[in-house]
Amino acid sequence: MSSCCTTDTIELPQQPRVAGKLQTVALVGPPNSGKSTLFNRLTGLRQKVANYPGVTVEQHLGRMKGIGRADLVLIDLPGIYSFDSYSEDARVAVDVLRGEMPGTPRPDAVLLVLDSLHLRRQLMLAAPVLALNLPTLVLLNMTDLMESRGGEVDTLALAQELGVPVAKISGAQGIGLNAIAQFLNRRSEPAVETTQAPRLELPVVGNARSYRQWATGVSSRTKYKAPLSSEWTRKLDGVLLHRVWGPLLFLVVVFAVFQVVFTLGNPLSDAFGNVLYGLGDFVGRFLGDGWLKSFVIEGVWRGVASVLVFLPQILLLFLFIGVLEDSGYLARAALIADRFMKGIGLNGKAFIPLLSAYACAVPAIMATRTIENKRDRFATILVTPFMTCSARLPIYILIIAAFIPNRPVLGDLLGLQAVAMIGLYLLGFLAALGTARLLKSSILKASSTPFILELPQYRMPTARGLALRLYDRGKLFTKKTGTIILCATVVLWILAHLPIHATLPDSVIGRLGHWIEPAIRPLGFNWKIGIGILSSIVAREVIVGTLGTLYGADPATQALHLQAALRHDLTLGGAMALLVFFAFAMQCTSTLAIVRRETNSWRWPALQFAYMTVLAYLGALATNQLILHLMR
Amino acid sequence: MRAFWSYLGYDGAWTAQTLRALSELAVGKVAVVEHLDLPDAMQHHLMHMGFTPEARVMVVRRAPAGDPTVYAIDGFEIALRRETAKSILVRQTEGA
Repeated sequence: MSSCCTTDTIELPQQPRVAGKLQTVALVGPPNSGKSTLFNRLTGLRQKVANYPGVTVEQHLGRMKGIGRADLVLIDLPGIYSFDSYSEDARVAVDVLRGEMPGTPRPDAVLLVLDSLHLRRQLMLAAPVLALNLPTLVLLNMTDLMESRGGEVDTLALAQELGVPVAKISGAQGIGLNAIAQFLNRRSEPAVETTQAPRLELPVVGNARSYRQWATGVSSRTKYKAPLSSEWTRKLDGVLLHRVWGPLLFLVVVFAVFQVVFTLGNPLSDAFGNVLYGLGDFVGRFLGDGWLKSFVIEGVWRGVASVLVFLPQILLLFLFIGVLEDSGYLARAALIADRFMKGIGLNGKAFIPLLSAYACAVPAIMATRTIENKRDRFATILVTPFMTCSARLPIYILIIAAFIPNRPVLGDLLGLQAVAMIGLYLLGFLAALGTARLLKSSILKASSTPFILELPQYRMPTARGLALRLYDRGKLFTKKTGTIILCATVVLWILAHLPIHATLPDSVIGRLGHWIEPAIRPLGFNWKIGIGILSSIVAREVIVGTLGTLYGADPATQALHLQAALRHDLTLGGAMALLVFFAFAMQCTSTLAIVRRETNSWRWPALQFAYMTVLAYLGALATNQLILHLMR
Repeated sequence: MRAFWSYLGYDGAWTAQTLRALSELAVGKVAVVEHLDLPDAMQHHLMHMGFTPEARVMVVRRAPAGDPTVYAIDGFEIALRRETAKSILVRQTEGA
């Protein structure tokens, strides 16, 4: 579970504050106000992501290096519409701002980010934030866009209305950041304190209606003129949400992503693999021919490298997901899918966690917190691990590349390998739907809950934002390979070489494998695959490392690449059954742990594990038997 | 009966302003939010998203499957299912 904690040394200051001295600054704003982009601008790459104690809302911390104030810690609060505790997110943000969050000191200053394209509504959040009476700087974000579309606002008048300084910025372009630096520098000098203009009237009754009246009043007094709405967004939506073209384009996008991951990813991955194996051979030359070389190169390096080679494909997939998300398309996809989700008894909001589960089920399960209805939420949690997460990619790619010829299916556009891959994604998706249906009509029956979704305007994803995502993902994957997978391969190598001088079939692992073989033979698996499956209960990628180590330790296949070794050792039926097994099986202790935490009981993860394992076994059995039958 | 009519906005003579559910509005129509009739938490949430009385709302488009529908309010586009939109009462403005 520590996978998301970096080694950065960003500590929240715990000592009592010195009068007038700034230590922590909070970044507040409504959803879609461009807060995260600004946060990245202000802090640079080094940030810490952790959870607030007791809840699964993420806490983003970073030192404000982007404006030369590394002494200040910036806290990025979840995007909120109001101080109403509609969601867990809002509760956390309000607790931090009021200094009631254990472990987080009350911020010394607040940066309130408002989207200047929609200032009238965004100002509604300003009222409760200003009422906190913390030193505040209001940042009108995306002013470059607003002005280019004919919008206007008098910032001086606004500053007078609000009684706090106001600055125009553009987080995406990095414009106006010096105003933030100036504000913080001035705040750091105790001399100029308490010279604030008297604050104008804030609404006394804290309800939406009075906030809105206040916000409307302020925006008209400051001559706010809303920009014309983006022509682009309307036009694009006319196509992307079109009755016919919308769903069709959605499918085209999905297919294109997988095709590119294969056609571009495979050569990259091969080249990367050659470098890794070459590196192993190079180092091996200095290790002599004894057990040390066998351990370091054939055992550990082979195992780790066989997982690491999938880094290019995983980064490519995340690049695409990043483009779809940053451009605003994902919200449209949720809209297209809502009717369908409703049909299977899930909330349209479940679509976003399910989609992010394509990356990893752990953050996806945390994201189900936005679903207000508990039964809906549990159903979503239980089906999430069926979605094809990136940990399944290594074994999928390995088996598909080894067993499925890349024949063209639709001319040069789509290859058989990409089709097989999409088939596996579909299989996981269908399993999730079927299970959801089953749960919602039995143990988790509930009336449907509302679907309220804001559609952001389309934006061009920035290279910076995408690079940051890839960096995060790449770091996480490499780290997992360097820890869990490294440990697993070390243990495996040792077990494969004990007792000393035993051949592989006579080693501890060989005997264990042969002992379980009768149970998995009907699935078309041999004992090595069996060991792979057992070892991958920790994490799915481990199987590839395990197979790399086992085939590397076996004299018969030692000289072969892993793909060739598998072709040599596995039938087509067994290979396809293995894919089906991994599509269904719950091979991830991190996910089980998070399900336990989110549902607060061992009952649900136990049920989930048992259900998915049985389904995987039966699915693999059926696949192998079917293929045996067809090929007879 | 009288209470019922006044609830609908009928004030003794039918004017151009009659109350309707937001879900009944056709795409492209503009109306003014009058009243929300939803559970408290959801109502507050929607109001903070812009669905406050007197706010102008426009029906932008329906999702490919016909539901949910995208509404523009305060320059934002917000999608709601029919079952939610039918509890938002609006006053249709003349000529819209």
